[in-house]
Amino acid sequence: MSAFSAIGEHAEHDRNEYTPGVEPQPTWCPGCGDFGVLKALKGAAAELGLSPEEMLVCTGIGCSGKLNSYFDSYGFHTIHGRSLPIARAAKLANPGLTVIAAGGDGDGYGIGGNHFIHTARENHDMTYIVFNNEIFGLTKGQTSPTSPKGHKSKTQPHGSAKDPIRPLSMSLNAGASYIARTAAVNPNQAKDIIVEAVEHDGFSHIDFLTQCPTWNKDAKQYVPYIDVNDSEDYEFDNTDRNEASEMMFETENVLNEGTVLTGRYYVDEDRPSYQQEKRRIGEIPEEPLAERYFDEEYEWERVYDTFLDKHK
Amino acid sequence: MTDDELIWRIAGGSGDGIASTSQNFAKALMRAGLHVFTHRHYPSRIRGGHTYTEVRVSADPVRSRGDGYNFLLALGDSFARNPQENAYYGNEEVKPLSENLDELDEGGVIVYDSGLLDTDDIPDFDERVEENGWHVYDIDLRTIARDHGREVMRNTAGVAVTCAIADIEPQVIKSLMEDSMPEKVFEPNMSVFDDAYDTVREEFDADAPDVSVPAGEHDEEQVLISGSDAIAYGALDEGCRFIAGYPMTPWTEVFTIMSQNLPEVGGISEQVEDEIAAAALAVGASHAGVKAMSGSSGGGFALMSEPLGLAEMTETPVVLVEAMRAGPSTGMPTKPEQADLEHVLYTSQGDSHRVVFAPSNAEEAYKQTRRAFQIAYEYQIPSIVLYDQKNGGELQNVPASVFDEEPNADLGSIITEAELEDAPHDPSGKYNRFQHEGEKGVSPRSIPGQAGGRYLATGNEHMPAGHISEDPDNRVNQVNRRMEKMEAIRADLDGDEGTNTHYGPEEAEYGILTFGSQQGTVEEAIDRLNDESHAVKMLGVSEMAPFPVEEVTAFVESVDQVLVVEMNASAQFRGLTQKELGRYGEKLSSLLKYNGNPFEPAEIVDGFVTSIVEDGTLPGHETKFVPAASD
Ligand SMILES: Cc1ncc(C[n+]2csc(CCOP(=O)(O)OP(=O)(O)O)c2C)c(N)n1
Ligand code: SF4
Repeated sequence: MSAFSAIGEHAEHDRNEYTPGVEPQPTWCPGCGDFGVLKALKGAAAELGLSPEEMLVCTGIGCSGKLNSYFDSYGFHTIHGRSLPIARAAKLANPGLTVIAAGGDGDGYGIGGNHFIHTARENHDMTYIVFNNEIFGLTKGQTSPTSPKGHKSKTQPHGSAKDPIRPLSMSLNAGASYIARTAAVNPNQAKDIIVEAVEHDGFSHIDFLTQCPTWNKDAKQYVPYIDVNDSEDYEFDNTDRNEASEMMFETENVLNEGTVLTGRYYVDEDRPSYQQEKRRIGEIPEEPLAERYFDEEYEWERVYDTFLDKHK
Repeated sequence: MTDDELIWRIAGGSGDGIASTSQNFAKALMRAGLHVFTHRHYPSRIRGGHTYTEVRVSADPVRSRGDGYNFLLALGDSFARNPQENAYYGNEEVKPLSENLDELDEGGVIVYDSGLLDTDDIPDFDERVEENGWHVYDIDLRTIARDHGREVMRNTAGVAVTCAIADIEPQVIKSLMEDSMPEKVFEPNMSVFDDAYDTVREEFDADAPDVSVPAGEHDEEQVLISGSDAIAYGALDEGCRFIAGYPMTPWTEVFTIMSQNLPEVGGISEQVEDEIAAAALAVGASHAGVKAMSGSSGGGFALMSEPLGLAEMTETPVVLVEAMRAGPSTGMPTKPEQADLEHVLYTSQGDSHRVVFAPSNAEEAYKQTRRAFQIAYEYQIPSIVLYDQKNGGELQNVPASVFDEEPNADLGSIITEAELEDAPHDPSGKYNRFQHEGEKGVSPRSIPGQAGGRYLATGNEHMPAGHISEDPDNRVNQVNRRMEKMEAIRADLDGDEGTNTHYGPEEAEYGILTFGSQQGTVEEAIDRLNDESHAVKMLGVSEMAPFPVEEVTAFVESVDQVLVVEMNASAQFRGLTQKELGRYGEKLSSLLKYNGNPFEPAEIVDGFVTSIVEDGTLPGHETKFVPAASD
């Protein structure tokens, strides 16, 4: 029997099963968009039939980083910007786990930007949810990498001189094979997108628009949004790289003008995940590594003979 | 250096095969029953420039490089030449010869490639030869190599000449070449070998110089192994199946050896975007239930400070390797120093703790790497293996049986699903993975995917089930428990035999305290000092944290004065000793060296006699004496 019997259970699950029984209660501000992510994630997990104990949710630091305190599964609340390297190693060590990484826009596009680019480039099989509230929440309202140009904050009193990062385009260029944007104000779409992202074999990046009513009063997330996949005005083929790229470019411009477009921007089912590639070239074992340490039958290779051959 | 030793130095340009040639030479002599020890010197450039490797050969065990050497094989630096015009750049081409004369012993041998080097370019060459009684062999190795094979085979010609002069049976070398070369290459190499060997025998008086290889015999099979090899094999034998890294000299050696071996044993190696990611990946893999390691050298290790602290706070076992080189910053990339000790001990914020081993040679590197994994996984704490460019790269013969150990797959203090059923859980349903009353400060961990074991690992202070908390009582309990581990580990290590090394006569007037790569050199100095009737003994400390306070105290108390020998300018190991012992500052003096080269035995002998016995000042600027503190 597997040492990890929670994996692959796939029973019926109720979304409330992912709520920790008593403490802790979320400490997010009233009206915070982070509640929307939590809700969507619970809905998605229930729909996917995932046992809480086969999920590992890795977060960074920030208001968003507290997601796994309120979502009852295995969790790793890591350090600012570092959820991705930790998450992807856990997936390599035990591919049976459903691994989700999550964090803020400062966390993922700022301090963790390098990890983001490389995890996308390698196309690790995992889901990454970025809570994009265009602000640093937990450190009290400084300008973040997604804040619009001209954004004023205590650390940018004259207004930011920087163009914001374009997360969707960045992700596409880096190599993510599933890219979507959704918003906390639309929990149903958000849930569907998380379901798809988890099922996708490869790196799924969700730029999740969340509002921060405390520090970012003029955030655009309150304006009505349009689902690009449903709208006739924005018809495009999200499996075509060029069309997706153009669409992202357009969207990321209009976002700054006040219109919000969400939906699936790019889905590449053909690109093999990193795990598949590594397995193909013989650099990853067939059986999950983590299982081996619990398998009493497993014969641990002795390196002594090869070692002797080389050094005697 | 004793009379019956050969210390052979092969010099040339980086990229000319100096390292592999010397490795084969050393291995061949090891197979012939001798003890060998190699010392590398190389510049921070890829091709060309002056590089050499010394192979010290003796019938008795050798623990360090010698002082000076007695046989120079100077090859041409092929990268100092413009291949199109066959012209030389500047005056680089004579460096393999000119740069090596200062340390050559009187009566020593010089073999140089007259096809590529011209002694007319070295002022005073003839005078110096005369003065020192050197035996010079000018042999056109390049032409011999070209005639029978290719120019690169001049290394083989050089080795053949060495055999002819130093009385080494050609078959010793030939059989090793046969093992290590494809037949297509082996044949022409043999012709080159024979031609060069015969040339010396026929045209020169090979018996003239008093330099020969002694006879030797081993009781048991030996292997030729570097510190980096030993760390990698230690990790593999201890069940490590995951490594993540980013290249940085000299850590790259361990990373490379692991990357080449892991796929063969069903493990995973990841070269990632930076060192923060590397250490974080090791933490992630370990969290998910695999024995994992990462590592780097000074500057890269600095980036690992964050994940290191996270590992401590989340009680995730992990082994990190730190290969020191001269700093600060990028310092001298290919030169050894022992100045990252404090960096490794104290990096990362808060009351953070880690276990640090500093092995002194290949055998210790193997054993202590295994121990580092055992402690890390048993106590759920980061362990660090601290070594340097010197012991990482030097090769020595070690009995093969040292490595003939069973693999260990034990993940340490984990909990099974069956045990989880009865284990204490939080009212929220989570497993109390960080229980206050863990034995020896350890509370068993569950692994993601185990039914009944879910918890939150977090770098924030947390309650037993992992929920973030700033509750003062819980805080104190958690800190106390995490700190308790260090005491328990100390007690555990006290049961180990032979981690710290005592050497020399038990009854001694003086002591030398050292750590890491300098230990072998100190041992050699101790022998010489005692031969010169100074009663001196040594304690080589490998356990940097937790520090073996009792053992070191007893050592310091047993002698009148202690000289602390280390390769850095700020006396970091002496500082650590003083801090941990809390007294005896007046007994500890320092002998320091930080010019990029490790100590030679004679420098320690001189330093000891001049500063401790005679109370004088040191002659040169190479080493520095810092007297004991007085109050
Ligand atoms: C290395 C490091 N630098 C800075 C901080 C302080 N810090 C905590 S949260 C945060 C910003 C979080 O912003 P974001 O990632 O956008 O998340 P949000 O709080 O908006 O959800 C910063 C800078 C830290 N914890 N670690
Ligand atoms: S500060 Fe902003 S992001 Fe943080 S909890 Fe409050 S509303 Fe949410």
